[in-house]
Amino acid sequence: MSRNLRFLIPLVIFFVVAGFLYKGLSLNPREVPSPFINKPAPDFALQKLDNMSEQFSNKDMLGKVWLLNVWASWCVACRQEHPLLVQMARRGEVPIYGLNYKDAPSQAKQWLKQHGNPYELSAVDYQGNVGIDYGVYGVPETFVIDKRGIIRHKVIGPITPGILNECVMPLVKMLEQEDPQVTPVEYKGVEGCA
Amino acid sequence: MRVKLKLIILLLSFIVSIHAAGVLAKEAEPLAADPEMEKRVNAITAELRCLVCQNQTIADSHAALAVDLKNQVRQMVGSGKTQDQIVDYMVKRYGDFVRYRPPVKPTTYLLWAGPFILLVVGVVLLISNLRKRKQIIVDAPLSADENDRLQSLLGADATVAGKNSGGEVKPS
Repeated sequence: MSRNLRFLIPLVIFFVVAGFLYKGLSLNPREVPSPFINKPAPDFALQKLDNMSEQFSNKDMLGKVWLLNVWASWCVACRQEHPLLVQMARRGEVPIYGLNYKDAPSQAKQWLKQHGNPYELSAVDYQGNVGIDYGVYGVPETFVIDKRGIIRHKVIGPITPGILNECVMPLVKMLEQEDPQVTPVEYKGVEGCA
Repeated sequence: MRVKLKLIILLLSFIVSIHAAGVLAKEAEPLAADPEMEKRVNAITAELRCLVCQNQTIADSHAALAVDLKNQVRQMVGSGKTQDQIVDYMVKRYGDFVRYRPPVKPTTYLLWAGPFILLVVGVVLLISNLRKRKQIIVDAPLSADENDRLQSLLGADATVAGKNSGGEVKPS
């Protein structure tokens, strides 16, 4: 570098540091990259909330694109996303299944009665063991699972209309076009989910 | 009299310290029946990050999830799992983020090597600067005039020093 431009070095360093800070501070530390993306959804078999004598397993859903929404009646942020889930269910674009996480079934039922029930059914994870298997750490969380039973995306925290329109629905539409028989498997993503 | 007083104080402090030790021991009482196992559980959970309150370890945190995970670790230790197996179990579910000690792998090479790279860069810069400086500083012998002046200055100083010899040097 020419001697005359040497005074620019601190300025350049400043902009590099400022750039990293800007990027770093705008990241959300709550969003920990999930190790489950493009991995098979962990197997479970749990009682159904509305009929405790029956069980629901993730294997029942093979061949379908579906959402697994982790919720609880004690979860305040769940209340925030709930109207959106109810709307989605009304439109019937994608089946939503609930994982009722560490919740008293009676309170969970009461909550659904009060706020509406967008779920095809809810599975009762009273102990939270399935939650641990799915790496759940902040309720609500929503897993997008494809026809092969592979987790393709995970929304941490409440789903917003923006996330729904730019990520979840485009992804679901793309996944519905996928043929589960095709090999080798290629996991494409959607831009809005990045 | 004084000896007696000292003895009493010594005895008192001894009693107090024993009592304090007893209180501390009570506080540190492990949860599990087997203190050896509890020690292992604590050692393992102290290496794992609680995802709910991200700046605490699972051992420190009282978040519901941390308590669940601690129980999970306790169970796994009880069934004879090794620390590596337990950490793997957690990483499989929560990613490398749960580890307070990041693993050495391609995405973390820079993280691990960074300080050493900076150190090497610093040393290289230091050496090259020192060498450059050596080249810049050229031996410049004094001219005859300068030499005379130096001699006269040194001579004057020497006489002043001589006059002052024996006396105290005034602080300037």
